[in-house]
Amino acid sequence: MSRKPYIRQVSKTSWYLKQPRYMRYMSREVTCIFIGAFALLMVCAVERLSQGQAAFESFMAAITGPWSFLGLFVILAFAVHNATNWFNVTPKAMPVQIGEEFLNGKYIVGAHYAIWIVASLVVLFFAGVM
Amino acid sequence: MAKSNKPIFWSLFAAGGTLAAFLAPVLVLLFLLLSLGHAPAVLSYAGLHAFAAHWFGKLFLLAVITLFLWHAAHRLRVTVFDFGLRQDSVVAVVVYLIAAAGTITTALCLLRI
Amino acid sequence: MTQLKKRMVQLEVLRYDPEKDTEPHFQKYTVECNEEWVVLDALNAVKETIDPTLNFRWSCHMAVCGSCGMMVNGEPKLSCHAFLRSYEGVIRVEPLANFPIERDLVTVADDFIEKLKRVKPYIIPKEKKSIEQGEYKQTPAQLMKFRQFSMCINCMLCYAACPEYALQPKFIGPAAIALAHRYNLDSRDGGRDERQEVIATNEGVWECSFVGACSEVCPKAVDPAGALQQVKVASTIDWFKEHLLPGGAK
Repeated sequence: MSRKPYIRQVSKTSWYLKQPRYMRYMSREVTCIFIGAFALLMVCAVERLSQGQAAFESFMAAITGPWSFLGLFVILAFAVHNATNWFNVTPKAMPVQIGEEFLNGKYIVGAHYAIWIVASLVVLFFAGVM
Repeated sequence: MAKSNKPIFWSLFAAGGTLAAFLAPVLVLLFLLLSLGHAPAVLSYAGLHAFAAHWFGKLFLLAVITLFLWHAAHRLRVTVFDFGLRQDSVVAVVVYLIAAAGTITTALCLLRI
Repeated sequence: MTQLKKRMVQLEVLRYDPEKDTEPHFQKYTVECNEEWVVLDALNAVKETIDPTLNFRWSCHMAVCGSCGMMVNGEPKLSCHAFLRSYEGVIRVEPLANFPIERDLVTVADDFIEKLKRVKPYIIPKEKKSIEQGEYKQTPAQLMKFRQFSMCINCMLCYAACPEYALQPKFIGPAAIALAHRYNLDSRDGGRDERQEVIATNEGVWECSFVGACSEVCPKAVDPAGALQQVKVASTIDWFKEHLLPGGAK
């Protein structure tokens, strides 16, 4: 009797299209493109800030307008998507054991959402928005 | 096989991801307000310059920008790999160089403020 | 006596005969089943009444032995744990993904077995005791620390679900690394450093990108994804200790 195991090929470029859970994973991963773009935008802002009022105000003018708003809105959506997914998996990476029981993950997740809201409000307050 | 050196990049990814989770939405929201032309006085040249001139402002901006950059760089390295571009060493050098360039630029500019 | 409800079930099964075929191909079967049966029962009915040449692994029929893993409608499942009532229409049955096909629904599990062995999945005692010195004692709290990760039945569903294993066969994988973590967390064990040499590598935990599919398909709620993230955290702390502390203190 001869053996001839058959190896099934998996596409390196389209595997994630095959299952909804893989698409959900990719949607989390691509948030980094938008976080990265936003970080680079902040680098530009700081650079212009260091070059004086005229330079900075031309930067402000450049990011005013409907296309800029749309782009930033997309970035906001992905930033929120990253935040919610990040908070939801934190209990898995850092379980808290108390005696023989483990702290229910919902408290850890809840604490993260609470900190998120407080931090956001603090920033909005200092930015003069609130 | 030797132990990996990924931990250093992963820890930056994890720290940046946590900070981005808490702060990115509200910071993007501020930029969104600017794009509408509805900026409060604090978000003007004068206000932001004063913020960046203060040591806390420098620290905040450097920490946020640096960690966001290195988080995005490491995650992009993995994502590009997942999309099928498998030359990991090349991609790693490219993304980390961009993150490093952004970090150094930010630091130098903040020092000038 | 109550009448057992019957149902005609259509199966589309991937067949492969290494002595005759160059490629696997689907074969359709229509078989009468009881309504409360599982996919494994349907396969056995096919083998007993229609096609005795159909090959598949199974044993306990109660989701504790880990033998009957296969793809049911593209999802890794234990065939004894996949109820016919959950499926409509034609049920597609294939061998477990990401493993070579030996014959029909039987896969070659050698790679998984080798990786299990590589992580040293046994107690390497912190302090060896002779029989006369008595047992290794452990409190219930110490047991609970690792108990979840000891529930693995080696069914390989997590390997079938993991896209990183599909793309990089050298990846040590969810079950093996979760098992290493189980022993690292055991208070009786002192072998963590040895296991770290194996799992803190690029083909160990660092191939994982936290897709989380492994934990979604695990029939025993082991949560290998959680285990791997915990290993990443521990390995990162190790790395900083080794590189930043004088003498690489552990």
